[in-house]
Amino acid sequence: MDLSFLAIQALNGLSSASSLFITACGLTLVFGVTRIVNFAHGSLYMIGAYTAATLVPRLLELHFGPVTFWAGILASAIIVGLIGVLIEVLLLRRIYGAPELFQLLATFGVVLVVQDLAILVFGPEDILGPRAPGLRAPVEILGRRFPSYELVLIAAGPIVLGLVWLLLRKTRFGVLVRAATQDREMIAALGVNQALLFTGTLFLGAFLAGLGGALQIPRVSAHAGMDLSIIAEAFVVTVVGGMGSVPGAFLAALIIGQLQAFGILIFPKSTLVVVFLLMAVVLAIRPYGFFGRPEAVGGTHAVGIASSKRSPYAGLIALAVIGTGLSLPLIGDAYMLKVATEILIFALFAFSLQLLIGVSGVVSFGHAAFFGLGAYGAALSLKWFALPMEAALPAGLLLAAAGALLIGGFVVRLSGIYLAMMTLAAAQIIYAVAFQWVDVTGGDNGIVGVWPSAWASGQVPFYLFTLALVTIAVLLLMRIINAPFGYALRAARDSEARAEAIGLTIRRHRWLAFTISGAAAGLAGGLYAFSRGSVDPSLLGIPTSVDALTMLLIGGIQTVTGPLVGAGFLHVLRDQIMPLTSLWRLLLGLIIIAIVLVFPRGLVGTVRGWGEERS
Amino acid sequence: MTKASMTRWLALGLALAFAAPSAQAQQAPIKLGELNSYARWAAFTVPYRSGWQMALDEINAKGGVLGRKLEIVSRDDGATTGDATRVADELVNREGVSLLFGSFQSNVGVAMADYANQKKILYIAAEPLTDAITMAQGNRYTFRIRPSNFMQVGMLVDQAKASGAKRWAIVAPNYEYGQSAAEVFKRLIKERVPGAEIVAEQYPALGKIEAGATVSALEQAKPDGIFNVLFGPDLTQFVREGNTRGLFEDATVLSLLTGEPEWLLPLKDEVPEGWTVTGYPWDEIKEPKHKAFVDAYRAKFNETPRLGSLLGYMVVYMIRDAIELAGSVETEAMIKALEDTKFDTVIGPVTMRGIDNQATMGAWVGKLVLKGANGGMTDWSYMDGTPFMPTEAEVKAVRKD
Repeated sequence: MDLSFLAIQALNGLSSASSLFITACGLTLVFGVTRIVNFAHGSLYMIGAYTAATLVPRLLELHFGPVTFWAGILASAIIVGLIGVLIEVLLLRRIYGAPELFQLLATFGVVLVVQDLAILVFGPEDILGPRAPGLRAPVEILGRRFPSYELVLIAAGPIVLGLVWLLLRKTRFGVLVRAATQDREMIAALGVNQALLFTGTLFLGAFLAGLGGALQIPRVSAHAGMDLSIIAEAFVVTVVGGMGSVPGAFLAALIIGQLQAFGILIFPKSTLVVVFLLMAVVLAIRPYGFFGRPEAVGGTHAVGIASSKRSPYAGLIALAVIGTGLSLPLIGDAYMLKVATEILIFALFAFSLQLLIGVSGVVSFGHAAFFGLGAYGAALSLKWFALPMEAALPAGLLLAAAGALLIGGFVVRLSGIYLAMMTLAAAQIIYAVAFQWVDVTGGDNGIVGVWPSAWASGQVPFYLFTLALVTIAVLLLMRIINAPFGYALRAARDSEARAEAIGLTIRRHRWLAFTISGAAAGLAGGLYAFSRGSVDPSLLGIPTSVDALTMLLIGGIQTVTGPLVGAGFLHVLRDQIMPLTSLWRLLLGLIIIAIVLVFPRGLVGTVRGWGEERS
Repeated sequence: MTKASMTRWLALGLALAFAAPSAQAQQAPIKLGELNSYARWAAFTVPYRSGWQMALDEINAKGGVLGRKLEIVSRDDGATTGDATRVADELVNREGVSLLFGSFQSNVGVAMADYANQKKILYIAAEPLTDAITMAQGNRYTFRIRPSNFMQVGMLVDQAKASGAKRWAIVAPNYEYGQSAAEVFKRLIKERVPGAEIVAEQYPALGKIEAGATVSALEQAKPDGIFNVLFGPDLTQFVREGNTRGLFEDATVLSLLTGEPEWLLPLKDEVPEGWTVTGYPWDEIKEPKHKAFVDAYRAKFNETPRLGSLLGYMVVYMIRDAIELAGSVETEAMIKALEDTKFDTVIGPVTMRGIDNQATMGAWVGKLVLKGANGGMTDWSYMDGTPFMPTEAEVKAVRKD
């Protein structure tokens, strides 16, 4: 490897770093002021790219020249900024006080809505933008050619950093933004117009996201799917840099850019892992990133199931539900049983998450990790050790529990949004491993041929088998929730300081809860693998985690039975609506947003609320 | 626009009014299950859907098959193995379809083949190209129409012999299709071009290429031949970076599928001229039957055909012929009707070889050239698939059935 090659590769790294920084900078500013982790930031980036790739060629037809090109880029960024304002006014403004989980989910709802809208507006095909006029020819660096546009990108990062710095240091708006980043309540008390400040910040953040996207068009074609790939990296940058810190984001982007450029040489097949590994390592050493500060204590808005007297009919209702479940094979056809099997599996998955979020107040945004580990554990032991289903399922459960034990050890040291990001990072690392360790996991191909043992291969036996396992697991989890252990978790959730004062070991309790929850999710994952006959990395992806959260949310986060009802409701809806429309994601996104805004207590919670009002 | 749709509604109303009594007397339609990645790979699959829709309309206008109309129940397969088998289950169990066809990605195709084998239902893999579908993972329920990686790479390698390139670099998406193509290429280039060696390999994740870094990593190895398997958004980025950095200037480039309009058109005027590719020069194919297909397609959809359009059109006609020959929609009868049968298609006769359930459909091989604002193919010829298929012994050595 000669010097000129290393130099070129470093320049490649710098130009990716620059693009990444511009986008992540907007994310970190928005977080600093509003305390909302905006999943939709990636969607804004995507809209920026689509808008520029559509707008700039039209402008160039009118008048060809560098001025037109850059004006088009700027115009696209401004359009995206205005869309950001729209999102702030319509949605974010209403959820500043909501629990973190609701904020995360609401912005993810926006992601889903934008994915379908982008395809509707810009068409399904990828759009490659025009090259920048005047920057078509490469430049010669140490005897190698290098695209001149990349040099412009390399310069753009520091320029944006400088401008943002000037804005923050030298203007009144900047002073207010910095003040809000430090103490939001205080500047509200001092009479600053918060609405205007937040809207302005959102405009700036969205503008930067749009700019980041628009600058990409000469090198990357605008396509659906850009949103999730950039948001994952932008999260890493903001978290590693310290949330809310602009220089931190710059430093983190530089490191990640170089890691990717040289990672491709050393580990050509594991480019995705290194980025998230960096994040996990940084968080393990510095829980608040390079330049982040601990969040203000008392700022957690934990919501969860309350302690309530058990209904005298609870036993009867449970028996009735199980009885109905048992008699289903008598009335349902094969397909109905298939759907029922899946509902049971998802119910267990969502319920295992309830133990973390509702009971322990640990907001996990990467629960798919354990669902996927369970599925992969079962599939791998079937494929590599030829274990039958009866042994493969426990193997999957054990793998998931071991994964949860390991990850939980890191996670329980954190709190709030950093905790959620750590779980996300963990899930993404496992996703990347499953995706790129092709020799073992089959990579994108997944593993096929994961069918149940002969006795359980019919639809009816497999359904009954699932029903039995899920019932046992759910009853066990309910027992745990209502045991002293569950009460200790709730105490820690509601007041960490008081729980500690009475002698509870909070971290150890949470760690154990994390492991139990992971094991239960792993069981669900293993069953899911056998019900579908295959596993693939999408089981570990962000959308799977969001599915579990949505089920929890639909059912109602403050109730024990909420996740079970939520799983049934969402899955039936999906099964009925998905074949009818290509706009399923739009619909799902709107449902999520509607629940966050209108029914924050979920189905079960709302119904119970009516009952309480009446009495 | 309004007028046309008005007429269409009137026609539909009339048809319903007159057909109602006789429709009741007629038998229920034959349901075919179709699944494909309509959201993820719209560039290929949307024209593909237009293609099968056109064939379906033509067949039903002529009275269907076995006196019954054909009906296609179509779903999105989500472009993942799990979603695809889930959707297949829905098609089979809820919709009660007689057979399944479709899918785009090779990994999804392999999962579908496994599903077909498990549930004993006929699956016709129209597009997925990996060899596994008809070789190692092949089974008697799974059939494929498109020429496999082994066949298409074989055609390209034969073209490469004359170039004299010896130092080869490979760039391929890191999933079933790319892995399978790279493996075949490594084998064939060593067998057929003495002294050839592989000097660099890059496997970016599908849809996640870091084009700049990938191009400079390839450049570093100074290859005089490049074998490309990228397609879609990965390809456009790779080509633009490669053009800028002069990667292709002194190299012979072999590229799978790049001559197909679905992947060629997004490149616009940056078409890398001189690449040897497999593709589809639809506007230059002069056979009358094919020309009639193109004219009808353009009239119906006001759009030029892609390879997907042709494939969708061919598949439905082949299914129609097979059902007619079988005389029923029983799986076993249809399998028997498909095996070793010669089908008359718009691109000429295509035989479904019985030992590996691989059709002899060929590919158009030529060089890329810029024609006006877009790319096209030149010096092309249609190569029938038959001479490029794996031998009977090779098939028997790897297939498990």
